Amino acid sequence: MTSRTISVGALARVEGEGGLEIVLRDGEVKSAALTIFEPPRFFEALMRGRAFTEAPDIAARICGICPVAYQMSAVHAMEDALGVRVTGPLRDLRRLLYCGEWIESHMLHVHMLHMPDFLGYAGGVDMARDHGDIVRRGLAIKKVGNEIMTLVGGREIHPINVRVGGFYRAPRKRDLRALAERLERALEQALQVARFVAGFDFPDCARDYVFVSLRHADEYPFNEGRIVSSRGLDIAARDFETHFEEFHVQRSTALHARMRHCDAPYLVGPLARYALNADVLSPLAKEAAREARLESVCVNPYRSIIVRAIETIFALDEALRIIARYEEPDASCIAIAPRAGVGHAATEAPRGMLYHRYRLEADGTIADAIITPPTSQNQAMIEEDLKRLTGAFVHLPEDELRHRCEQTVRNHDPCISCSTHFLRLEIDRG
Amino acid sequence: MGRRILLGVGNPDRGDDGAGPCVAALLRESAALDIVECRGEAGAILAALEGAVEAIIVDASLSSAPAGTVRRFDLAAEGAPLSLDCGCSSHGFGLAEAIGLAWTLGTLPPVCVLFTIEGESFAPGAPLSSAAQAGAAAAAARILAELAAKERADGASFFTAG
Repeated sequence: MTSRTISVGALARVEGEGGLEIVLRDGEVKSAALTIFEPPRFFEALMRGRAFTEAPDIAARICGICPVAYQMSAVHAMEDALGVRVTGPLRDLRRLLYCGEWIESHMLHVHMLHMPDFLGYAGGVDMARDHGDIVRRGLAIKKVGNEIMTLVGGREIHPINVRVGGFYRAPRKRDLRALAERLERALEQALQVARFVAGFDFPDCARDYVFVSLRHADEYPFNEGRIVSSRGLDIAARDFETHFEEFHVQRSTALHARMRHCDAPYLVGPLARYALNADVLSPLAKEAAREARLESVCVNPYRSIIVRAIETIFALDEALRIIARYEEPDASCIAIAPRAGVGHAATEAPRGMLYHRYRLEADGTIADAIITPPTSQNQAMIEEDLKRLTGAFVHLPEDELRHRCEQTVRNHDPCISCSTHFLRLEIDRG
Repeated sequence: MGRRILLGVGNPDRGDDGAGPCVAALLRESAALDIVECRGEAGAILAALEGAVEAIIVDASLSSAPAGTVRRFDLAAEGAPLSLDCGCSSHGFGLAEAIGLAWTLGTLPPVCVLFTIEGESFAPGAPLSSAAQAGAAAAAARILAELAAKERADGASFFTAG
C-alpha cells in the first residue's frame, strides 16, 4: 500500500489560523481535515452583560474582512428582539453598506487570491509583474467598495457608524451622488473582469451540493430573507437552530455545522446564493452571467470566481440604484426602548450566510448570544470537496498537488484561508 | 510640490500594534506632512500613497529584536524588506502586500521610507508597552531630525509654523 500524507502545518495570510491534512492511500484520498486551531475568542461570551447598543461594534471585530456582515446580523437580530423594523432610506443605506463590503471582498479574492491560481502565479504580487493592468483594474474596483464603506460606515474596515435602529449619521445626498461617477466607471471595469475570468481554463468537475442561502421575494439577498435550500427547505431565520446544528470536532477549535434532519453538510456562499437567487439579479448582472456562459446553477466550485465577478457587477449596479433614489432621512435612526426578548437574524456575508441570535433582559442587557459564521458552516463541505476533487490530481508532482489542494480550499474563500499560498508541505509516503 | 505623507499603520486597540498611530499622533502638531492613520488594510494603504511624492510609513514589527527597537528601511531604494509569507500580522492582506504591489506596479512614491518599531505585546485592549512607547518617541524624533536635515539641504519646509 502506498501512503502519502499531505500536511500543512499553518495557513499563512489567514484571518485566523488553520491547517490542512490530506491522507492518500493507493492513489486515493482517504481523508481530508481542515483544522482551525486559533484560540477561541469567546465573542459570544463577551457579549453577555453588555448593552444591546454595543453589539454591532463588538460583532464587527470578529472579522477584519467582512465586519459589515457581523454588524448587520447583530442589528437585525436586536431589532427583531425589540420589535423594530427599519425601512426606507435607512434600509437602503444598509444595503449600500453591504454593496461596499461585497465589492471590496470579492475583488480582493478574485484578483489577489483566486486569479493567480488560474494564471499560474504564486500570488497576486507575482501576478502583478506580468498583469499589472489587470491588478490595477481590480484594485480600482475594490477602492470604490472602500469608499462606500468609508462614506456610509465611517471607515473602510470595522465601520463605526452602524447602530441598532439605523446609523449614527446619515450620509449627505450630495456625498453619495459624488460617488456615482466612480461607481459607473467601476461597473464598466467589473464587466470586463467577468468576461476575463469566464475565459479561464477550469477543471471539469461537478459536485452535488446542498445549497443554503437567504431568499427574498424580489431582491438579491443582503440583509433579509427566508433561509432556503436547494432541497426545498424554506424557513424563517428564527427557525435556524431547529434545522441546523453546530457541533464540535476534536481536531478543531471552530465548530462544524450540519443540517439536523439529514445529518448532512451544506454549502453557503456565492455558489449557493447564485443558485437560489439568480432570477432576482439585476438585468445587467443577468446579462453578464449569460455572456460569461454561467449556468443558472453552477456546481463547479472552481467557477466560483465567475460568480464573484457577477455578484460584484450586481453590487455596483445596486449601489448606483440606491444612490439614484436616495433621499436624506429625517432622522439617522429609529429611537428604541429596551425590552426583554429573543431576536434572530441571518444576513449574507460575501462568504455566505451567517446567523445571530440574542436574548435580552428587560433593560436591554444581552443575556446570551449565538453567532454562526459562514466558515464553520462550510467547513465540512470544503473537506468533502478536498476528498472528492483532489483525487483527480494525486498523480501530479507534489507542488502541483499542493497547489490544487490550496485552490480547492480557496474556491470557497473561508475566513481562515484567504491565502495566496499557504504553506509548508510535508508528504509522508508511508 | 507633490503631496508628502506620514502613514501610521496599526490598531491602537491592540497593544503595541498602536506604535504606528502613536508616532502619527506625536508628529501631528509639528510636521507639515499629510498625517494619516490606517489600520493596515492594503487597499487603504495603496489609496493613501496614491499621488504622493514622499512617504514615511510607520508600523509595529514582531521579530527577535528587543522591544522598542526602531528600524529604518529605504523602500524606494532597496525594495520591500517585508516577507509575503509572514502570517503574524493582524491585518490580513496588509502592509507587506501593499508595498509589494506598489513596488511591482511602479506606484511606490519616489521617496518612501519605512520605520518599524518592535513590539512585545499585541493583546486586544492592551495599552502600548513602555518599550514600544519609547520606540515610538525615538522614531518620531528620528523622523523630525531627518526632516530638519532635509530642510537644511533642500530648503523645503517640513515643519508647521511656530
